[in-house]
Order: sequence, then structure tokens, then C-alpha cells
Amino acid sequence: MANVIKIKKGLDINLKGKASEVLLNGGKSETYAIVPDFYSGVLPKVVAKVGDKVKAGSVLMIDKNRPEIKFVSPVSGEVTAVNRGAKRKVLSIVVTPDAQIEYEEFGKKNVASLKGDEVKEAMLNAGMWPFVMQRPYDIVATPGETPRDIFVSAFYSAPLAPDFNYLVKGQEADFQTGLDALAKLTTGKVYVGIRKGSAVQQVKGVELVEIEGPHPAANASVLINHTKPINKGETVWTVDPANVIIIGRLFNKGIADFSRKVVITGSETKEQGYVQAISGCTIKSLVGGRVATDAHVRIISGNVLTGTKVSMEDYLGAYDNQITVIPEGDETHEFLGFAMPRTDQYSMSHSYFSWLMGKKEYVLDARIKGGKRAMIMSNEYDKVFPLDIYPEYLLKAIIAFDIDKMENLGIYEVAPEDFALCEFVDTSKIELQKIVRDGLTLLYKEMN
Amino acid sequence: MKALRNYLDKIKPNFEEGGKLAMFRSVFDGFETFLFVPNETSKSGVHIHDSIDSKRTMTVVIIALLPALLFGMYNVGYQHNLAIGSDPGFLMTFIYGFLAVLPKIIVSYVVGLGIEFTVAQWRNEEIQEGFLVSGILIPMIVPVDTPLWMIAVATAFAVIFAKEVFGGTGYNIFNVALVTRAFLFFAYPAAMSGDQVWVRTADTFGLGAGQVVDGFSGATPLGQIATASLDSFQGVVNTIGQPISTCDYFLGLIPGSIGETSVLAILIGAVILLITGIASWKTMGSIFVGGAVMALIFNAIGSTVSMTVCPIDHWCLGGFAFGAVFMATDPVTSARTETGKYIYGFLVGAMAVIIRVLNPGYPEGMMLAILLMNVFAPLIDYYVVEANISRRLKRAIK
Repeated sequence: MANVIKIKKGLDINLKGKASEVLLNGGKSETYAIVPDFYSGVLPKVVAKVGDKVKAGSVLMIDKNRPEIKFVSPVSGEVTAVNRGAKRKVLSIVVTPDAQIEYEEFGKKNVASLKGDEVKEAMLNAGMWPFVMQRPYDIVATPGETPRDIFVSAFYSAPLAPDFNYLVKGQEADFQTGLDALAKLTTGKVYVGIRKGSAVQQVKGVELVEIEGPHPAANASVLINHTKPINKGETVWTVDPANVIIIGRLFNKGIADFSRKVVITGSETKEQGYVQAISGCTIKSLVGGRVATDAHVRIISGNVLTGTKVSMEDYLGAYDNQITVIPEGDETHEFLGFAMPRTDQYSMSHSYFSWLMGKKEYVLDARIKGGKRAMIMSNEYDKVFPLDIYPEYLLKAIIAFDIDKMENLGIYEVAPEDFALCEFVDTSKIELQKIVRDGLTLLYKEMN
Repeated sequence: MKALRNYLDKIKPNFEEGGKLAMFRSVFDGFETFLFVPNETSKSGVHIHDSIDSKRTMTVVIIALLPALLFGMYNVGYQHNLAIGSDPGFLMTFIYGFLAVLPKIIVSYVVGLGIEFTVAQWRNEEIQEGFLVSGILIPMIVPVDTPLWMIAVATAFAVIFAKEVFGGTGYNIFNVALVTRAFLFFAYPAAMSGDQVWVRTADTFGLGAGQVVDGFSGATPLGQIATASLDSFQGVVNTIGQPISTCDYFLGLIPGSIGETSVLAILIGAVILLITGIASWKTMGSIFVGGAVMALIFNAIGSTVSMTVCPIDHWCLGGFAFGAVFMATDPVTSARTETGKYIYGFLVGAMAVIIRVLNPGYPEGMMLAILLMNVFAPLIDYYVVEANISRRLKRAIK
């Protein structure tokens, strides 16, 4: 019987455009790319040249500071561009795929018979390492370290997020292998968070934890904070469950197969469902022809809380398995909005009447719906922040960059995503996730 | 609406950087965002936002204040009619009070918003809504006969020195409206206390002229209690000597500051604030608890008239309920942690009763109690947060 954690704080935002379990066509992308900006804590060094022929699993880029971390091509084909921006910053490394994907052969391996270092080496060589994230700092993990424990939250709770039970269908063996591999990397345990009745509740060799409650129940921080919180000086790793499957595939099939299902959601999509795609594909290959209106829309790689704004020409986020399309709203002018009932607008606070509307599905646009102010209201963040941390005080310490205070208040335990709901409900419309990300980056520089 | 929007779009360039009227940019922006929800979309972080903003928050507070304000206006007329012994009917009574109060609201808004607009423009910031609430609170917590120039001076002092020098809404340490009141209280004590200031006996714009009846006394119940001696005290009376009881205190047809007298009207406001979640029930509730506990302690001693006042009378008299519902719950100046709110509220209530009972000079203690606790709120929060820190440190040692 798994341990059960019940969280009360949090918020499920009921948005229109939920996906059902149907497989849509699409996912054939004209180009694939690695975008360094998707990886936190990585300084890109491009090793492939334009014109190089690559296979799926061939190295395109490494981390300058930790050269053992490799970023590989998700498909076979030809490197057709290395796009650079201001100060020669690498924007993307683009590969035009072959008709048939050829894979770099890494050899099938029986994880049970491998040592930790061998698992690590296999993952590094096949470009699986960037899937492993490290706390503190929420960056791509440093391979040289040994984490206290590894945490995998094997479900999603964000608005319109994919159903992990559907993603893992038919790949349960790969998921188990992935977890076995991760277990080799730590001296502690692998904790796996699940919902009640999860498709993966039979997994072995891990500490299963059942989590009940609203979003952010699936955030790794919730699992960590309620099982074994991070103390100063400790390191833990987290891996997204969909990426655990890809890691497992490496050992079971001997190839770097980055194929994954991506869910297409949001009120402005014509049809919702899942697309079978490969990491690094273009947004167009996923939602091309599926946007329902000609009006301004916002396409988001990821969910509405933590995703990235993208255009059709951009690429799917490295950790994303969701596309959300919502109205941009920049042509909307609501007259005297602050005085109107606005039952079509969602608010967690009871100052609008949406709380009387029952289980209504909302169409929310990207407007921030108010002016930016100093922090005025208290207890707003706390209501949606289910960790034993005072979010407001931590945020203030980050803004002031008072390192002692940040440490004391729990900066090492959090990732920017934990503050997403706080940012959503904030009366003062402060960009909290940005504050946390900048704070973590600065702290990392200061400490290393 | 479309025409208005088009008009705004047409004149907008004038107010932007380099435009002819760029010096009024903040003012234009303030009015534009009041008329239309800003259509700025998110640049980083979350892509959708809750529809609440600080304009809505302040609007809800103002709506919650309206019952007390309207009742206060009526009561001004009512007390006046009682004093001159006439009964011109409900409507005229209200109109008299309305005309007596309206200039104070206008003065408070014009002075306060004038400073806010100027500072916003000077700092190149958006106009903040905080003063919309302060500006209506100020006329509600002063005696009806406060001269307008005093309100103007005090408002200017409070907005500049209690708010803008700290950085504006959200950064202030003291409740702005209460600083206004405290400034009046200490700078012009003669106009703020005693028996003469609580009931308007003169006419307003020619309305309600008349002679004050014999035996009239404008003392508030708290004033009467503070000056009474235990042996000769016959109970609290209204302005013309008729005895009044807790029920009258609750309904509020008694002399006092304009908005504070009716606990009933204040409770309507409290319900609005609590349902909408704008004010914290923890702060509000613990103030009443704190006041009651302190009152019971004094009841047990009972050596002066003030000490014998029962908890419910303490709740209903003076500015206790008004302060508890509208002033102490100001999120910026009260404790911000949930545990801290219990402590903060309890101490506000207890302090208010202590000042009322033990201080010979001031019959009312709510204002000073809240201002005092405004100072201590960060300290309370500090210890609450410190407990979390030491929990984290202990965990690391284990």
C-alpha cells in the first residue's frame, strides 16, 4: 500500500479545450531542432557543423561547463542550420530529417546487471542526461554528483495537461526500466508520485506515494516536500515521467528514440487529442491547420501556467508534451471591467461571481487583466502553495537577493513552476516565476 | 463604448512619451484603465491571469463601506434634528447629513488623489488605487464638524509622509486613513474631542436651521463613560438626556464619528468583505475576541465606570467595530502571515480596550491601538517566519 499525501492548497483551473484519448494525425515535421534556451543551467557549445550527416542519437551540442552532458539529434538527417542571435548566442541547431530514421546503435543493456556509473555513461552518451533535473537550482543535473534521492511525479495536474496513463499505455515496461536505471544513480530511493488507480501503480523497486488534491499536486516539489524535504547541502534529482519512458527505451532497445505523444489542447483548437511526434519537432507539425480562428491566438508549448509562448515556426519545448492554444485577447477592451460581474472570467477570489457558476469551463485569454502593483493582498500565494514554505517571504528575499534569508526560507526546495499558481492568482500581477528563475540563476553563479 | 474606445485611441498618442500632453501620462493612463480593462498580455510566466486586480479589490472595499457611509449621513441629520428638536422626515434628514458629509469626501479625494496623481507622474508610474479607499475612510472617521481645511491638511500630511515617502501603496507601514485621523487628533485636539464636535448644530447650506433644545449635550457614550464616577453614574444617555442601551449602540443612532456608529451597517460591510475574501476573518475575529477578553478582565476588577462596560458594549461603542472591520484588516499594514493575524488581531482588540479603560485622556482607543499594532505587525510576522526557519534548520540537523 502506497503512502498517501493529501494536499488541500492549490487550484484546478477548469479550461475549455480538454483532450480526449484520440490519436490525431500529424507530427511529421519538416525540420527538427535543439534549442539551448530550453535547458536551464547549460552553456551551449555546438559540436556539429552545417552539412553534417547525423543519426538519431548523434551529438549536436554539449554543455561548455560540463562537457560530459551531450545533446543529441532526435532524428537522422542533415544539419541544415545553426541559428545565432545577438552576441552569437545559439538559438537553435536545425536538422532536416531523412525519410527513414536511422539510429545510432548504443546496444541493448540489462539494467539490473549494470553499475551506477555504467548507467550514467550510457545515458550521457545517448543524450538522455538533459532529462535529469537537479534541485537545488532546477537545472540540468551535474553528472558528477550523487543525489540523495530521485523523484518522479508520474502524473500531470496542470490545466489541460496530458493524461499520463494514456502516454504510458503500451510502454509500461520501458517506464519500469527507466525507473530501474534511475535507481542505480542514487544511494537513496526513487520516489514515484501517482494518482489513485494509476496505470503504473505496479512498478517495482521504488517508493510509491499516492498524492491527492488539486494542482500543483503533480509538481515534484510537492512530492519532495511531503516525503523527504531538501536540506541545505543536499542534492536531489527529478525526472519528468514521460522522459523516464524514453530513458527506459534506450536500455530496452539500444537506441535514442525520442518519440513521444503530445497533447493538443485549448479553447482555440479545432480538435483536441494526442499527436505521435518526436522531440524537437516544429509547432506547425503539431497544430498546423488546427487553430480554430483567424483572430489573434497564443500558442503555448506546455501548459498555460509554465509553458512558453511560441509561433508555428518554433520548436516544441524539450520537456513539453503539450500544446495549448488560447486567445491572445489583445483586441479585447472590456468596459469598466473592475465594476462588472464578469461571470465569463475566472477568479479564485470571490470578488467576482465565477465561484457561483459551478463547474463551468472557461475560455481565458492572455491578458494580465490589471495593472502591476506592489504586493498588497496577503494570503493569496499561500492558498495555492502546498509546501511548508512562506512564498511571499521567500520571494521578497529573492528580490532583495539576501542569500542567507533565501537559504533559510527554502530556496533550495523550489522550482519556478511552484510559483505559477501564485502568479495566476496574484492581484498585483507580479512576474513571480521570472523572479524565482532569476534568483536561482544568480544564486547558482554565486555558489559555484 | 466603441466610440469612447476610438476617442481614447485617438487622443492616446498625445499622452505618450514626446507627446504634447506627456506630463499628464499617468492621469490619462489612470482614466483609461478605469474605463477599460488593460489589454496588455503576459510576457513571461503564466499565460492566463485571474480576473482580480487591485481596482476590483478596492471597489469591493468601497462597496462594503457604503452601508456605513449612508447610515452615517442619515445619522448626522438625525442627531442634528434631535439637537434642534425638529423632525423634517426621513428624506430631509438624510439630505441634511448628505450635504454635511459630501464636502468632506470631496476635499479628501481632491487633496489625496491630487498628491497621488502628481507623485505617480513624477515617478513615471501608474496611478495606484489605494487612496480610493483611504479617501472615503477619512471623512468617515472624523467628527462631523471637523473644518474642511483641517481635513485637507491632515490628508496631505498622511498621504505624503505615511505613504508616498515609503514608496506608495503596498509599502506603507501605517494605515493612511488612521494617520490622517491621528494627525487631526494631536494637531487640533479641540476640534477632535469633547462634547461639542460630534453633533452638527449649525445649518448646512441653509438647511435645518434651528435653536438647540435645552439640556442638549453632544457627548458620545464613551465620553460619558470616561468622565463618569462610579457612585453617581446613571447610565448612558443620548444628546437630549434620554437613556440608551446596547440595542441603540448596535443600531447606531448615537453621536460619534460619521461612519463608525452603526454596528449593523458595519456588519453588512463585514459580510461583503468576508464573502469576497478581501479581508481576513482571522484578523477581524480575533480583534473582537481580544477586546472581549480584555473587557472581561476589567469587569472582574470593576473599580471605575469604564471597567464595568461589558464586552458587547465595547464592541458596539465608538470605533471598535469600524476599526476591526475596515482599518485593522488593511492587508498592507496588518500582519501578513496567517498565524500572525490571530496575534495581531487579538492585540489590537485588547489594546483598544486597555486604552479606553485606563487612559484618562482618550475615551476612544481603537485608532491608537491599530496604529500601535501596525508598528508591531512586521515583528509578529518575523517571529512566525522565524519558526518556519528554525523548523527547516532542525530538519537539516536530524
